[in-house]
Amino acid sequence: MLRFVVRRLLLLLPILLGLSILVFLWIRALPGGPAQALLGERATEEAIAQIEREYGLDKPIYVQYWRYLETVLQGDLGQSVTTRRDVTEELRQKFPATIELAIAAMLFSTFFGIPLGFFAAKRYGGTFDHFSLVASLIGVSIPVFFLGIILKYVFAVQLGWLPTVGRIDVLIELEHPTNFYVIDAILAGDPAALWDVLKHLILPAIALGSIPLAIIARITRAAVLDVQNEDYVRTARAKGMPPAVVDRRHVLRNAMLPIVTIIGLQVGFLLAGAVLTETVFAWPGIGTWLVDAIESRNYPVLQGGILFVALIFVVVNLLVDVSYAFLNPRIRLS
Amino acid sequence: MKWHRLLMLLVVGMLAFAAGCGGDDDEASGTGATTEASGGAEGGTLVFAGASDPVVLDGSLVSDGESLRVIDQIYETLVGLEPGTTELEPALATSWEASDDGLEWTFQLEEGVTFHDGEPFNAEAVCYNFDRWYNFKGSFQNPSASYYWQTVFGGFAETDPKSGAPADSLYASCTANGENEVVLKLTKASSSFLGALSLSAFSIASPKALQEFGADEGTVNADGIFQPTGSYGTEHPTGTGPFKFESWTVGDRLVLAKNEDYWGEKAKLDKVIFRPIADNAARLQALQNGEIDGYDLVEPQDIPTIEGDESLQILDRPAFNVAYVGINQAIPPMDKLEVRQAIAHALNRQEVVESFYSGRGEVAKEFMPPEVEGYADDVTEYEYDSSKSKELLQKAGLTLPVPITFWYPTDVSRPYMPDPKRNFEAFAASLEEGGFKVTPKSAPWRPDYLGTVDEGKAQLYLLGWTGDYGDPDNFIGTFFQDGQKAWGTIAKANKEVQDKLDEAESETDIDARTGLYEEANRLIMDWLPGVPYAHSRPALAFKAGIEGYEPSPVSLESFATVTKSE
Repeated sequence: MLRFVVRRLLLLLPILLGLSILVFLWIRALPGGPAQALLGERATEEAIAQIEREYGLDKPIYVQYWRYLETVLQGDLGQSVTTRRDVTEELRQKFPATIELAIAAMLFSTFFGIPLGFFAAKRYGGTFDHFSLVASLIGVSIPVFFLGIILKYVFAVQLGWLPTVGRIDVLIELEHPTNFYVIDAILAGDPAALWDVLKHLILPAIALGSIPLAIIARITRAAVLDVQNEDYVRTARAKGMPPAVVDRRHVLRNAMLPIVTIIGLQVGFLLAGAVLTETVFAWPGIGTWLVDAIESRNYPVLQGGILFVALIFVVVNLLVDVSYAFLNPRIRLS
Repeated sequence: MKWHRLLMLLVVGMLAFAAGCGGDDDEASGTGATTEASGGAEGGTLVFAGASDPVVLDGSLVSDGESLRVIDQIYETLVGLEPGTTELEPALATSWEASDDGLEWTFQLEEGVTFHDGEPFNAEAVCYNFDRWYNFKGSFQNPSASYYWQTVFGGFAETDPKSGAPADSLYASCTANGENEVVLKLTKASSSFLGALSLSAFSIASPKALQEFGADEGTVNADGIFQPTGSYGTEHPTGTGPFKFESWTVGDRLVLAKNEDYWGEKAKLDKVIFRPIADNAARLQALQNGEIDGYDLVEPQDIPTIEGDESLQILDRPAFNVAYVGINQAIPPMDKLEVRQAIAHALNRQEVVESFYSGRGEVAKEFMPPEVEGYADDVTEYEYDSSKSKELLQKAGLTLPVPITFWYPTDVSRPYMPDPKRNFEAFAASLEEGGFKVTPKSAPWRPDYLGTVDEGKAQLYLLGWTGDYGDPDNFIGTFFQDGQKAWGTIAKANKEVQDKLDEAESETDIDARTGLYEEANRLIMDWLPGVPYAHSRPALAFKAGIEGYEPSPVSLESFATVTKSE
């Protein structure tokens, strides 16, 4: 097991290196550079030339890349072109916001998705099953930003139950040692702040989690249907085991394997799909950060940000694979 | 089966709760800001949304609207503007006068003013600031950092030739005569510099704070690139203004508090909070939901929605921009005057302004808005006349239809051009009626479109300009005083216009100067380097109970006079 994990971690190095080269080349292939983004109509030729010199963009590309590699290995991801802050600092502030949103969306989608799929399978062919199929189709088809705007319109503007933007009410003061607002509110022992933070999470989590919800529901349904017809389930039932116990100990646990795989893949989607949700809800996470960086050709941010997201993705998938071993003794013991 | 039933009941129950529970009322009921204001005029917290966070709160190093908005509350300049206009009025300087040769300007300073850190505001502090800007080094000389210094004064004490900054400087020195008198010496006579002193870039900051928090500090890395390291502009901006900096959480909020020791009329509000909301629809919904009290950069299509809502209001900024069809004379046949005149006659400007500016535009007849001094009423005008256009083209010896390429930007809405594509389509159609054959070209606004135009690759293009300060030099000087690739004026310079603009810039007598700029405008509209077509009024949106906000043509707007009632 340990060898397995270590081997996968070692694979990270060539993956990240290869990715960094790809990102480096690809973003420089885009026409234009940071100068026009910074100055707009006010960009003069001299200004453009100076910015290129400052960012070393006038040197040959392999020189640029080597310099970049040197600074990265020292832990310096450079400075954002538009805000002039350290990329690592911006990452440290924005990443927890995206993670928090992704976790909330993941909780929402699994909490509702798994039971939805499970009951659909149990009542295979019945009304609930058909309802769940339709709901899944709608969930997967609705564009996330559209759903976000509709949710805001209904639950915020019309009903006034929930806020529309941000992570916390602008008048609430809260210290941010971790930048995970939920944890910060708990640490501060402030229930009003905690409730406010959770209120801000609800609509974005629903919007973002709508697609994973649909997918998880369908996969759960398929997996449960599959497992239900296995011999060992029939045997367990024949032995007289209570149905609830059969479901818990045999059906669900074995159905979990494909479900966990899908959840792992959904993390990747959540990190990426967060862009649209973050824009609609003015959520200060890495999604909008990266999209803005593309528009403004903010090379340091793009390089650092994309590498970081890739790192997260690889690590999450590693964790998913490791969790297989706990769920399925056959893998663990082989 | 019990726990399954329970779970299903929970799911169904939550859905029922969400769908069934009716709303109390149809009005937008706020869940957000609760204020301390009890309906009275004093006190309260105002929440204002911009499109993004400021970059840094140091006036000399920024040119973006969001940074300037906050800087205008914290700092003041020597010379101010009458709210809502571009008329100069005393601010930190009570009066000023120029020497006869126009090289020395003496300012009398307001007395009894302190910075937010308690340090005294005096002549020494003013000279400290000017000398600081003049002595900028390294990355601070980059045009993207000290843009306004370079526009107004030019170069620095030691200008790095590679920095792109001009080699010469208008600034010679600053002398403090006692506590309350400052003498600024220039290297040549200039009268546009006085108006430029109202720019936020020349805000006076506390020398002690600038030094203590490393406003000019930085490190030079292995590439010789200077990186700022001080915390002045992000944590300790210190000015003399009606609001003080309290805190800033990037991506969340920037909080300013009332300056109780302000030397002038104190602010009415207790606090102003700025929050960044990038998406236009999100800003509107936040306003409708009561989470913000106002926002800037209202999209034209949202204006009817806001105007139709009784709990909200729209405020207009006076037009201070110009939209134009740019012509590149370096690309034939644009070098022929008749062809440019034909274009001017062929464009249906009235229709475009009436149709695509949501009722907020007026047709432009020259390259500056009417509010700016030096505007000439009697410039040559080119009425919409397709047959005249064809006549002119034939007179130029060209066969009809004359092929041209016409560029427009995508993915953007500018204050002077809310809908570039529609403008383009209407113009292209009217040009074709005027005897041209239009090949459309488009590119995303930045960097592609701007890059193409800047490099002189576009034959005909849509562009515009928003003024920075109330001086004609900021409009026609910027466009035509030096040759530029976009206009083709490096290859095809117009010496008469350039000389006239040079003369106007160095004229110190105000009336003579105005006359010279008027002449320049007449010359320009005869030379016709492009066709101006619109001035437009950008819009801000607020809750109905907000009063006292005075929109300014150059977006120099103070929250000190704003009151909030529920």
